[in-house]
Amino acid sequence: MSIEALGISKHFGAFAALKDVSLRVETGELVALLGPSGSGKTTLLRIISGLEKADAGAGMVRLHGEDVTTKGVGYRRVGFVFQHYALFRHMTVFENIAFGLRVKRRSQRASRQQIREKVEQLLRLVQLEWLAGRYPAQLSGGQRQRIALARALAIEPQVLLLDEPFGALDAKTRQELRRWLRRLHAELHVTSVLVTHDQEEALEVADRVAIMNAGRMEQFGTPAEVFHHPANEFVMNFLGHVNVFHGRVEGGRAILGPMEIDYSGRPHATTVPARGLVRPYDLEIEHHPNGKPGFAATVCHINSAGPRVKIDLTAESGEAVHVELAHERFRALALEAGQQVFVVPREVNVFVDEGQG
Amino acid sequence: MAQRTLRRKIERFLWRKPRAITEPLVVRWTAIAITFTFIGLFLVLPLAAIFTQALASGLTAYFRSLWDTDTLSAIRLTLITAAVAVPVNLVFGVAASWAIAKFEFLGKSVLTTLIDLPFAVSPVISGTIYVLFFGLHGYLGPWLKAHNIEIVFAVPGIVLATVFVTFPFVARELIPLMQAQGTEEEEAALTLGAGGWQTFARVTLPNIKWGLIYGVILCNARAMGEFGAVSVISGHIRGLTNTMPLHVEILYNEYNFVGAFAVASLLTVVAMITLVLKSFAEWKFKEESVQAAEEVEGLPQ
Repeated sequence: MSIEALGISKHFGAFAALKDVSLRVETGELVALLGPSGSGKTTLLRIISGLEKADAGAGMVRLHGEDVTTKGVGYRRVGFVFQHYALFRHMTVFENIAFGLRVKRRSQRASRQQIREKVEQLLRLVQLEWLAGRYPAQLSGGQRQRIALARALAIEPQVLLLDEPFGALDAKTRQELRRWLRRLHAELHVTSVLVTHDQEEALEVADRVAIMNAGRMEQFGTPAEVFHHPANEFVMNFLGHVNVFHGRVEGGRAILGPMEIDYSGRPHATTVPARGLVRPYDLEIEHHPNGKPGFAATVCHINSAGPRVKIDLTAESGEAVHVELAHERFRALALEAGQQVFVVPREVNVFVDEGQG
Repeated sequence: MAQRTLRRKIERFLWRKPRAITEPLVVRWTAIAITFTFIGLFLVLPLAAIFTQALASGLTAYFRSLWDTDTLSAIRLTLITAAVAVPVNLVFGVAASWAIAKFEFLGKSVLTTLIDLPFAVSPVISGTIYVLFFGLHGYLGPWLKAHNIEIVFAVPGIVLATVFVTFPFVARELIPLMQAQGTEEEEAALTLGAGGWQTFARVTLPNIKWGLIYGVILCNARAMGEFGAVSVISGHIRGLTNTMPLHVEILYNEYNFVGAFAVASLLTVVAMITLVLKSFAEWKFKEESVQAAEEVEGLPQ
């Protein structure tokens, strides 16, 4: 079942939550909507589900090609998983999962026995068979979310929508559930959209990632695409730590803070403001200049606890610079705080202020 | 998790306070003694007096005075009034709190304030308003007279006044509870294919059950005990428009002390039953609210 949300705009009072956003999710795909809070990702998800309506006349929602823009949430048959689980607190786990089956019209309702079997099967799927008789208040957060997922799957939804499903969980549980969701998706292959503000989660779980900011979609692509070829500064900034060097481009060169590099993207002689973004692991440290463009800096602080060594430096021109090195390289360099070194960027993403110069 | 809940329940039951409170023993005992003396003087003694007076001429006299035709009709009228006012306010209270807690609409804050109005004005004024409105010289009086509809100095007026005076009880209990519980569970029910009515009956209502019962108990107690508003609008017609509280007054003014206190004792019994039910519902209701608060914080991991 494919999902299409086309030209969606949504206002809450004067606030524009979504500005002409379009999203196409192919059958069986898992897409992550990634963005900071207030970027409109949850609103988009709720509009797809039917819990929220787009502004009148602004946008269309299609599920498997069928226009459901005016249809209610019940008609759309979407499985929705809420950030705070939204389990029915007065019902047992069993009753929670059975809910969607019990509220069906009599003619479509399964028999008692069939419902029991279905619920047991779902409990096995989420590996929580022994919790059938418990109440939500007696479960851990991770268990609640798995039950919420089982409940959503009970109605055999056309699509599965997950609104920050792991947002309220601790880091370890979150990671476990993330892997588990990936496996579950591989098994069930139900078209899914996951909302998250955690870039690691989005890149790890999703087939494709849509990055949202201030009601707009900044980029939509595979995790590798968005990570290695960020469409703009926001995307690059959002997908991990970066060093930002302010400067300008002119005549095929980019002068960015302490360094100067070739910039073929703009051969014009006119000067325009620009910024160079470099990931901490795309900076190399040398003891001496090796002919490549780079800049001198002083080591301030070294943190070697972790998979990579994190080094804080101060460039001669005063900018703070963060570098990440492999442990081997760090040992080979034998760095110490206070040392004078030479920083060489391997890859710089230059973003020019458009519309100027 | 389950253990923690249990411990919390026990602590709540035992009323254990943090150890940091370290007033000297004398202060604590003085405070307790003052409280008990006060309650004894102003609550227990009068209550005891009611029963002593009611039974002053013996059990036979007590029951005979209750078996009086006018008294029986006062009891009947009180029951009828409560039987209409409570369900009406139950429906109104649920509808109003549902609207206020779960939707955004124009005039919401005005409505929230207006719900408290009956608590803010003296019941006598509420009664007077109805007389002014429906009375013979009131706005609707002539029209009602022409159509032979009796409201003032009749049962409909008493019921109306009672409904007015008691309508905040249910809504006031439910609004904060429903606001704390939010709309996520209802939304979940909708995504699972439940209709509006199913969502209400299977999700909303069970979640507010104890808050609702608590509100109904308070509403009922007030409906049966209301004096001021009803007194203005009833006209005190014996056997016709006399509720129990009004009847107590009439009997007392006629120096029929046994009768007055006998009826009063019935109201007292109602009050005591209310207290017991109220405490139980309150206890359950608190659990509901605490759970709602916990869920919002997303506390337990």
